[in-house]
Amino acid sequence: MNFDYNEEQQLLADSVRRFLAKDYGFESRKKIVHSAEGWSAKVWATLAEMGVLGLPFSTDFGGFGGGAVDLMGVMEAAGDALLVEPYLATVGLGGRLVARAGGDAQKRALLPQVVEGRLRLAFAHTEKGARYNLGKVAAAAKPAGGGWELSGEKLMVLGAPAADKLVVSAKTGKGLSLFIVEKSNAKVKPYVTLDEQRAGDVTLQGAKAELLGTEGGALPHIEEAVDFATALACAEAVGAMKFACDTTLEYLKTRKQFGVTIGTFQALQHRIVDMYIAHEQARSMACLACSKADSASDAADRARAVSAAKIKVADNARHISQESIQLHGGMGMTEELKVSHTFRRLTMIAQQFGDADHHLARFASLA
Amino acid sequence: MDLSYSQEELAFRDQIRGWLKANLPQELRDKVANYEELGREDLLRWHRILARQGWVAPAWPKEWGGTGWNVVQRYIFEEECGYAGTPPLIPFGLSMCGPVLLRFGTEAQKQRFLPRIYNGDDFWCQGYSEPGSGSDLASLKTKAERQGDHYVVNGQKIWTTLGHVADWIFCLVRTDSTMSKRQEGISFLLIDMKTPGITVRPLVLMDGSHEVNEVFFDNVKVPAENLVHEEGKGWTVAKYLLGHERMNTGRIGASKRELAKLKEFAAQQKGDDGRPLIEDPRYRDRLTRVEVELMALEITNLRFLDRMRRTGQPPGADVSMLKIKGTEIQQALTELAMQAVGPMAQPFKAVDGGEGFDEFAAGLAPRYCNFRKTTIYAGSNEIQRNIISKMTLGL
Repeated sequence: MNFDYNEEQQLLADSVRRFLAKDYGFESRKKIVHSAEGWSAKVWATLAEMGVLGLPFSTDFGGFGGGAVDLMGVMEAAGDALLVEPYLATVGLGGRLVARAGGDAQKRALLPQVVEGRLRLAFAHTEKGARYNLGKVAAAAKPAGGGWELSGEKLMVLGAPAADKLVVSAKTGKGLSLFIVEKSNAKVKPYVTLDEQRAGDVTLQGAKAELLGTEGGALPHIEEAVDFATALACAEAVGAMKFACDTTLEYLKTRKQFGVTIGTFQALQHRIVDMYIAHEQARSMACLACSKADSASDAADRARAVSAAKIKVADNARHISQESIQLHGGMGMTEELKVSHTFRRLTMIAQQFGDADHHLARFASLA
Repeated sequence: MDLSYSQEELAFRDQIRGWLKANLPQELRDKVANYEELGREDLLRWHRILARQGWVAPAWPKEWGGTGWNVVQRYIFEEECGYAGTPPLIPFGLSMCGPVLLRFGTEAQKQRFLPRIYNGDDFWCQGYSEPGSGSDLASLKTKAERQGDHYVVNGQKIWTTLGHVADWIFCLVRTDSTMSKRQEGISFLLIDMKTPGITVRPLVLMDGSHEVNEVFFDNVKVPAENLVHEEGKGWTVAKYLLGHERMNTGRIGASKRELAKLKEFAAQQKGDDGRPLIEDPRYRDRLTRVEVELMALEITNLRFLDRMRRTGQPPGADVSMLKIKGTEIQQALTELAMQAVGPMAQPFKAVDGGEGFDEFAAGLAPRYCNFRKTTIYAGSNEIQRNIISKMTLGL
């Protein structure tokens, strides 16, 4: 039993935190969010330099062979700073799918580029009416001239605008399969998400596609990658919750009404205490999710841990974000305070990769 | 990061688990499982079994019978007892008076009281709260006046758990009313419950149980040698006592047992559509949310232990969150159990030959009623929030 980060994990988390504090402050982030691309090539290059992009990939491909626990501190820092770079899309989902489902040659071709920051990926999976059901895919691929042609519509593809290549799920004669599609072969309708990230709807019409790994049987890989990304999102949420708690506490200690700081009011004291407890409980579950997220061997155990964590994180993200705004009063409603942006991220994290209701059903089905 | 116990800790847990399986008498096991009331003799029987094994006061120094276990081992032991469904160890002697005597008692007091506490010869109760001082302990009024070689005590205590079966009571009394600060002038006295002038009056709770009492003191003569620590320094003792042994307030082992039981029970109960209640998404989701909260609390508790073991420091004020969450979970579990039996939660007591209803089902609503106490006692959850607010958050 040991809940501390090891020295390497701590050093990495600290250096990421320092970098983000220096170069990713509220104003710098605002510029990135409002830029045409909505992400920063410079920041991406720095993340590559720091090894953050390569951390969870095998040393065979230039990575560091780490796991979700090694990324926890980094994700917390990302949540604190409200990082909008396509990290979950590239490392959490796209890269993870290549690493898990891809053939050796494909991994050799793609992963070193991901690690070095030269290749961004996105996972085009969700379709109309699928909601959080990972198995519901209508997009289809058929063999064509030694390769494949893929057709279908994918919605809310996180990181699609920034991606160079897409990992796309589609049905073949042998069932659900994964493909690599050059983004130039897809039509992307880009948008900004509520939490100020970039995503898009993707249309594929006979797009040239390369089969990722073997045909059929892709669902376990998809579930594992989404569980991995969910665990990372839980850790990110914990960082965002911590910021929301800390900044609200600071506000209670400085904001004066009726001649006293509002933190002297017991009605507010108890509410912020409950926020801190909610954050600690969510942190405990993020530890659990990350410690199980790399387990491909015991899928049920992993899924149960991740779903349990996501239930707690979704519930507590909602609680903390709502209270942080309420305790800030009118100022909390404005774009000018970072806490309102944290509210937006926490609100979306609560629903990303399945809301509490989805994970309640999944958890119960695994009991 | 590693959330699991070490091999040694797992072996220790298995040893405890095996021993409990072999040594917890079936009769006591059944009483706990069926939520039957445990009397003084039941409680002392289990106390003495543990005392013979040498495990009744793990946290005490070894010379007085402690086990030398570290914080994690002590936690494992307590949680395994909870999980096995042992009768509780009543804390007033073992976890309150004992540690106070070890810290502040004279050698004579230690020799006189500690072995009897350890062996379960004396049954202790706690005289802290008064009618006018619940959470505001320092406002206590019970007076002790020094007259020669003894004190004369007058006043009233309330919420005295098991006072009706206790041999001794430790009391906070006011020995000096002239001090400007209310925390000053308080003393810590040990009082024999058989002393003339003591009257115990039951306070029956809404579930019909008799656990707590009012204790009246009418010119009760207490030998001065029963004063612990200096006269007027009782507040120091009280604070030490309240801060002692706060790592098991989450009652995680017991809640895990109750959760497992409830899941089994809810699978046997039928929902409106005749299918197992546990498959009703509305019921199931509420149950799952409690399960997840309990999973989180267990990990949070382990995080506290890990920090304590590593730093060698006692837990900070934020340990209060274990009490808040632990009691909320206990209450939620009793509520879900009551709701699981639907209309059959309503029968309470047979009258005029009306026996024959499901007594286990009928016991669930009173249990729900009884457990409302958990968020009130041992520092209400609002007081726990005040503690975190002041000590941890600096408000």
